[in-house]
Amino acid sequence: MARAPKKSGPRAAKKIEKKSRPGKKVLDGSQPELLKYYRSMLGIRRFEEKAGQLYGMGLIGGFCHLYIGQEAVVVGMQAAASPVDTVVTSYRDHGHMLACDMDPKGVMAELTGRKDGYSKGKGGSMHMFSREKNFFGGHGIVGAQIPIGTGLAFAHNYLTDGGVCHAYCGDGAINQGQVYEAFNMASLWKLPVIYVIENNKYGMGTSIERASAVTELYKRGESFGIPGEQVNGMDVVQVRAAAELASDWCRSGKGPYILEMKTYRYRGHSMSDPAKYRSKEEVSQVRQETDPIDTLRTKILDAGAANEGDLKEIDREVKAAVTMAAEFAQQSPEPEESELYTNILA
Amino acid sequence: MAIEVLMPALSPTMTEGTIAKWAKSEGEPVTSGDVLCEIETDKATMEVEAVDEGVLKKILVPEGSEGVTVNTPIAVIAEEDENIVTFDTSTKMDIKSTHVSTSTVTKPSLKPSKTPFSSVSGSPTRVLTIREALRDAMAEEMRNDKSVFLMGEEVAQYQGAYKVSQGLLGEFGDKRVIDTPITEHGFTGLAVGAAFGGLRPIVEFMTFNFAMQAIDQIINSAAKTLYMSGGQMGAPMVFRGANGAAARVAAQHSQCFAAWYAQVPGLKVVSPWSGEDAKGLLKSAIRDPNPVVFLENEMLYGQSFQIPDNENFTLPIGKAKIERPGNDVTITAFSICVGYALEAAEKLADEGIDAEVINLRSLRPLDTETIIESVKKTNRLVNVEEGWGTCGIGSELAARVMEEAFDYLDAPIKRVSSEDVPMPYAANLEALTLPNADKVVAATKAISYAE
Repeated sequence: MARAPKKSGPRAAKKIEKKSRPGKKVLDGSQPELLKYYRSMLGIRRFEEKAGQLYGMGLIGGFCHLYIGQEAVVVGMQAAASPVDTVVTSYRDHGHMLACDMDPKGVMAELTGRKDGYSKGKGGSMHMFSREKNFFGGHGIVGAQIPIGTGLAFAHNYLTDGGVCHAYCGDGAINQGQVYEAFNMASLWKLPVIYVIENNKYGMGTSIERASAVTELYKRGESFGIPGEQVNGMDVVQVRAAAELASDWCRSGKGPYILEMKTYRYRGHSMSDPAKYRSKEEVSQVRQETDPIDTLRTKILDAGAANEGDLKEIDREVKAAVTMAAEFAQQSPEPEESELYTNILA
Repeated sequence: MAIEVLMPALSPTMTEGTIAKWAKSEGEPVTSGDVLCEIETDKATMEVEAVDEGVLKKILVPEGSEGVTVNTPIAVIAEEDENIVTFDTSTKMDIKSTHVSTSTVTKPSLKPSKTPFSSVSGSPTRVLTIREALRDAMAEEMRNDKSVFLMGEEVAQYQGAYKVSQGLLGEFGDKRVIDTPITEHGFTGLAVGAAFGGLRPIVEFMTFNFAMQAIDQIINSAAKTLYMSGGQMGAPMVFRGANGAAARVAAQHSQCFAAWYAQVPGLKVVSPWSGEDAKGLLKSAIRDPNPVVFLENEMLYGQSFQIPDNENFTLPIGKAKIERPGNDVTITAFSICVGYALEAAEKLADEGIDAEVINLRSLRPLDTETIIESVKKTNRLVNVEEGWGTCGIGSELAARVMEEAFDYLDAPIKRVSSEDVPMPYAANLEALTLPNADKVVAATKAISYAE
């Protein structure tokens, strides 16, 4: 992992890079935003660890896909988002919801299947939404969210609201046929959508080398004229920089953009996956050398943006918020039986 | 030898057409490949080329003639020195037809009705074809609500593969009438996303056969999201297009999907028969806050009906209509089969059986109440549908009537449906496969213990 970001996308990507990069403010550790990202990324990690724990206790059921290791991707993307932008992703969605500023209590209560969950306990881990926060799911069918995200971009265009859709998928979903049907229409109609491919190297248990004929996923839009860029998804600052470029591209009416985030998930595909398809050494090497939170922490300390004590305080606050969410999620009652037949039709 | 040029069938469903223009005049030489005339079908205006050489000796059907039935002789081509005097039956022996008869087996209700069905009472009406009624419904709703748009294959510049969207591009422009690439899965998912994003898409499937490519997005994304989001957001949209068999298009293009979609909670499923159904139900479907699957029938597009001449006319989704009251047996049907049921009811009346015909209109929700009330009166039920019988709409009706009105039944419930085979191409086998009025008559008589 930990490969330096590769700037060898299609020509269009390079062009915009040259044009707008020099004018961009390059983040360094002295900026206060870094503490915000730190809090956000740590919040996701602690939340996911707690979710894993509650799963082990039988309080969360079914499928539960944790985002641990990939936190810099969604936090970096959201750092470049405007309030009108929309987000849609797959079933590995807890991190995206938290980054969209959804209430951890509501997310955790949905995981435990309780009435105060975002979907009143009727959606679960893979199916959660917040119209208020412009988060459109949470989709359980691999790849289905890509045409849907393209449709959200279509709506941005139709309503001329200036919004951009962030449509996320993994390195597994990128091989679905409907992804390319969507790419074609997005480019044809110049829709404002950033396709964020979270390449964590494994589609469930199948490594990208065994699933993809061409493993440079940022090139997947080339035949549709969609520029793409590979990004170090373990570094929130680099993610943010790429997201800003892509957002500018989309907002200026040039159509879709692809960002391939090279990232890694520390846990199995879902809670029931022992992840025997990769070595323990591989996982621990990534954790030790390129962990996105450790990397950011070092950056903050090196730049003197905060000291150990400040960061410890953030750790404490984050942990307390997660504990509160977990307690809330256990105390919230199960949905009323009368909810069985509600929300089927509007 | 003189050759008769016959009125050609230019589409699977064409039964008659208009000679729009003759490109050759009498006495002109004709070689193979020359354009002879232009013929307007129910879908398009097409040029007809000669396949024979000679001289256009006689034009039998002048230009501007409407309603010229397929296989009618329209001109005569002969050798230059051949003398063609008359073309009455006595000369038939010398004439070779240039078109072989396409089919001798026709379904009973295929021909566009000269006298439109009049099932509307009260308010003023006008006569429109089903395709015009559907187009008007979309146009009116698009005028009312800027968030409504139409997308699909050939809906814009081509004016609709079946001319249903004719004129809409001109009125609403390419932002709201959108030609898509041939990617059902992708554009259906895109439309679902647009609905999530606050728009009201109408997705036209050229036929519902192709919607199988997109059924995941219809069911998993459109139908289930309202529930999965705890009521926060759903997909207010319409999936519409031709469903069921057309004519001679064989297995992959002839399937009824009513039972498939009617099984899914979160969807509404509508299947119109008449003009008022088409217009009133489509307007309601577009206004409905839920995903509505709207199953049309290609064979009905050209049929004319009386339709209320009123922009505010809508029909409620979920209500059936008693098209013909009767006392002896209830016949339920939807879409094209309503026509078969009414035809059967007339035949049965001649034999002293008074059938009540119910046009289901909506398959989900199903108007169980109207059906049960009818069965309580007639004590007998026959369902007619074009789909396969196994796990079909008729199976569901039989179960509900058994559960709710078992004691009122005087005879077993009968299901008339397509045969349990993929649709064959051969005309005779196709006719054997599909339901028709005679099959309905036979089924009704069987449970009436007549004969």
